[in-house]
Order: sequence, then C-alpha cells, then structure tokens
Amino acid sequence: MISEHLPALQVVIPLLGAVLCACFKRGVAAWFVACVASVAVLIVSVGLLAQVYDGGTISYALGGWRPPFGIEYRIDIFNAYVLVLVSVIGAVIMPYAKRSVEQEIPADRQAWFYSIYLLCLCGLLGIAITGDAFNAFVFMEISSLATYALIAMGRDRRALLAAYQYLIMGTIGATFYVIGVGLLYSMTGTLNLVDMANRLAGIEESRAVLAALAFLTVGISLKLALFPLHVWLPNAYAYAPSMATAFLSATATKVAVYLLLRYFFTVFGVSVVYADLPISWIFLVLSLAAMFGASVVAVFQNNIKRMLAYSSVGQIGYITLGIGIANETGLTGGIVHLFNHAVTKATLFMAVGAIFFRIGSVRIEDLGGVGKQMPWTAGAFVIAGFSLLGIPGTVGFITKWYLGLGAAEDGWWWLVILIVLSSMLSVVYIGRFVEVMWFRDVVPAARRAKEPPLSMLLPTLLLTGATIFFGFDTRLTEGVAELAAQWLLSGAR
Amino acid sequence: MKLDVVFRIAAKIFIPFMLVFAMYVQFHGETGPGGGFQAGVVAAAMVFFYAIIFGLDAAQQIVPPRVVELMVPAGVGIFAGVGVVSLLLGENYLNYSPLGPDSPHGQEYGIILVEIGVLVTVTGTLVAIFYSFVGRGR
Repeated sequence: MISEHLPALQVVIPLLGAVLCACFKRGVAAWFVACVASVAVLIVSVGLLAQVYDGGTISYALGGWRPPFGIEYRIDIFNAYVLVLVSVIGAVIMPYAKRSVEQEIPADRQAWFYSIYLLCLCGLLGIAITGDAFNAFVFMEISSLATYALIAMGRDRRALLAAYQYLIMGTIGATFYVIGVGLLYSMTGTLNLVDMANRLAGIEESRAVLAALAFLTVGISLKLALFPLHVWLPNAYAYAPSMATAFLSATATKVAVYLLLRYFFTVFGVSVVYADLPISWIFLVLSLAAMFGASVVAVFQNNIKRMLAYSSVGQIGYITLGIGIANETGLTGGIVHLFNHAVTKATLFMAVGAIFFRIGSVRIEDLGGVGKQMPWTAGAFVIAGFSLLGIPGTVGFITKWYLGLGAAEDGWWWLVILIVLSSMLSVVYIGRFVEVMWFRDVVPAARRAKEPPLSMLLPTLLLTGATIFFGFDTRLTEGVAELAAQWLLSGAR
Repeated sequence: MKLDVVFRIAAKIFIPFMLVFAMYVQFHGETGPGGGFQAGVVAAAMVFFYAIIFGLDAAQQIVPPRVVELMVPAGVGIFAGVGVVSLLLGENYLNYSPLGPDSPHGQEYGIILVEIGVLVTVTGTLVAIFYSFVGRGR
C-alpha cells in the first residue's frame, strides 16, 4: 500500500522534516530529524528507482486529480536516477553536517539551518519528480529561496553579498523560466509536460514556441551555471557554510541540468531542438568556453573553495558538452557525469570543509603541510582530485571516456583533443593545492591540526570510496545513464 | 504616542473589528474574494497596529516572538498534515475526498483546514518580519 504513495512521500518527508526542525530550539534535535528525513528520502528514492526499473514509468495523481488536469508526479528511469543522486548526497552529508554546522553556524540558528536545508532538499527532489511545468517552477523557487538563505548563513560577511548576487541572478533565471512556461501554456493550454509534448506536435515552428524554447534555455542555464551565466556561482560556493557548499555543488546544478534535458528531449523533442536550431553548436562552444575559461581562472585562485567553485563551472561544461554532442554515447557521458561530478565535488568540498574545521582557513598559504597533519582528509582530496582530472580508475575517467567516444563517433577528433587538453588544466589547479598540502613544510596555522572527528571523516571517505568504486564497476551508474540516454533520444516514449 | 488618548481609544475600537474582518475574509474564501493569505495579512496588520500604538513590548506580551516563530512552521505543518491524513485514509496525497461523508463535503472540509494552515503561516511570517525590522538596534 505504501509503495504506491512513494512519489508523494519523496517530497512530503523532507517538507514535514523541515516543519519539525523549525519547531526546535536546539540544533541537535533538528539535526536528528534532518538525519532521519534524509535517510527516509534515500530509501524512498531507491524504492522508486527499483519500481521504475521493473515496471516502467510511474504516474501519481496528486490530490486525486487525474492528469493532465491535476498535478502529476511522473517518474521514469531518468528522473528516478536524479532523485537517487540527490538523496544519496543528502543522506551521506548528514552525519558530516553535525560537527561542521556546530562550528560554523551560531547556536540559535542551527535548527533553522537544518530546516532550510530540508526545504532545499524538498525543492530539488520536487523539481526532479514532478511532471508539471508550473509545479517545477514552484519547487525551483522553494529550492532557490532555501539556497539563498543557506549561502547567507556563511560566517564570512561576503556570504551575504554572494547570496544577494545569486538572488538577483536566480530570480532572473526563474522569471525567464516562467515566461517560457507561460508562452508554452498559451500555445498548448496545458501545463502537464507529457500532454504539452503531444500538443506541440505540428506547431513547433511557430514563433511563440521558439521564443519559449529560448526563454527556458536561458532561464535554466542561469540555474545550472552554464559558462557566461555562471558569475553567481564562485562567490556563492566560496562563502557558504562548508556543509551547504558540499550539498549544493553536488545537487543544485545537476537538477537544473535534468530540467533542461527534460524540456529538450521530452517536451520539444530532438528533431526540433537539434535538427532545426543551432543549439548543438551553442552548447558545444559554451561548454568548451567553460571547460577552458573557468579552468584557467581556477588556476589563479588562492582560496581553495573558490578554486573548486570555478572548477565546478568547468565540470558543468563537460555535462553540457554531452548535451551538445547529443548522440547516445555523448549523452550517456553527460548524464553519467551528473552522478560522477556530484560524488567527486562533494568529496572535495567535504575534505576542504574538514580542513577548515581544523584550521579555520581555506587560503593556500594556510594549507602548507596539511597532508602531513591530516593524511586521510588530504588523501581523500587527492583521490577526488584525480577523479576531476579523469585518471583511469576513478569516476572522472568514465565520463571523459564516454564523451570522447561520443565525439569520435561524430568524427569530431578535434573535440577529443580539446577534452584531453582541458583535463591538463585541472592537473594544474588541483596539482597546485596538492603540492602545497603534501610537499611543503607545515605552516604555523596547520601545526596543531589533526584528523577531523570520525563523523566528518567517514562520510568523506565513503564518497572517496564511491569515486573509485564507480570508476571500476560502472554497471549501476553508467548502466542507468545509458538507459536514460536511450530513452531520451528515442523520443521519451 | 502611548499617552495619546485618541489613538488608544481608536485602536481599542478598531482591533476587534479587524480580527472579525480577518475571520470573515478567511471563511468567506470559498464563495467570494478572500482566503487564508488575505486573512493572514489582515490578522498580522492587527498586530502591527497594536504595536504601533502601544509599543513593541506590549505587542510582544500578547503575541510572544516564540509563538510567532512556531506559527510559521505550524501552518505548513497543518497544510502538509491534511495531506498526510488523506494518505492514511488510503487516498492519494492531498486528496480531501475521504475527509467528509461524501466527496464534495470532504473537499470542502479539506480546503477549510488547508486555508487555516495558510492563515497561521502568513500571519506568523508577517509578524516575524515586522518584529525583526522593528527590533533592529534595540
């Protein structure tokens, strides 16, 4: 009986958890609630993925109003994968959060922090699960508002400015999205994505529909930080609390990518987006600009969190490159990188958060010799760094392998070479910090540092293990991503 | 301001009617303009009015900040909780039909309950924003 209501529970559990957290005064109680909710959400999402794997698409009529009139929650192989991705990160990060939040957030705000975190989780899962264009907008606003607040809770005063900057950019993005949805609604008279796709048949060439596609693309690209629209991201990630950075870097942009793919492939359709419009080239050029431009900027960062944030912009370039290549192999590479980058970047930010927990700084000059004081944490950083470079045996390699194959299938050998060259840049920016951490003398700031508490170290090491494990055993990640890519390219039926 | 008789007497006359009006807007929502959000704003305006005339401390004695802080999540809890009740009664989330003897009544009761949730959250949020603005620099 409960299994048929899993789609609703996926969103309701974090929502009720957030309500409960907000009632507490003490951070520990709220942390416990957030922990339980995160684990429950993970169980639900895995259950949903299993159901979809066995029985195909699930449709859940919210409030008993049947689609396309009511809001429909529609789970297929692709968004089941995204739901698992978000909830895995959410669950792994919770044990880590306790000590990190105790140190970084004032005691009277910790309960609110967990409440907002659960709202953000609820919004991200909601975007992924819903089959309704406007409902997706509502969840996008829930997650975005929660994200602004999470970022603003950073200890650094610049966090406020970063949150404000993101607020402006994010609002523009959301507005563009809703304008796009409005245009589509005026053309089709429906907000249900499946119904919308059916009704668009025959009117794809009309100017309103093309304008809608343009608005949606730009709006969602702002959210996913596609290259020229990424300016909000580095400051937001650099000054947010460690736990929030790790969570957001792994999930928020990924869900936006999911939403973009959903519109491109299931609503507008491959033939409209790729055959008639230069979207493939736009994404190729912007992705390459991200891979090189952001990586070059990352090389010159002295704040390790900012460096990783710029690297995120570059890594998002790999995901959108898969959208640009848009054959099955390339798209598989892009989709599998959603998971691979989430795991890799969460590990890196968690390692950095653990270092910050002991040293109280994320500047390169204070990190000298940290590797000798905190070998496990710094080791996790190195291994996840390898994954960013795409060294075989890590998840990063799997992505680049599929992207390279996909480019080669189209005969774009120059693109294969560019993918390899851009990896060289990550060698520089990761290598710079690895060199300082491991091969320099211990600086005074790091002298008293020791390994972080186990509650922080174990989740970090768990994700480090995942970057290696899924680099060898790709049946789960690559297998599901390939199914999703096939499903998307076959017109999502 | 506190000593001004005209303001104090006027406030004492107006405030009960503001509450009545808020309740009217709240329960008139299904048949006319209005609903939980508007009623919540009117109810919050009542607290602002009281605070402006009698001072923040007096207002916070009647509506303590802790209560306001609890009202914000409580309203969301009522809204989401109604949905959970329909889950427990074996229907889809937020399907109000099983809440009453028949489907139309169930829907009606469900919407009334949900609107009360909206009222509580909107009032709580607005008063919380007001308190934090007014409380700055004290």
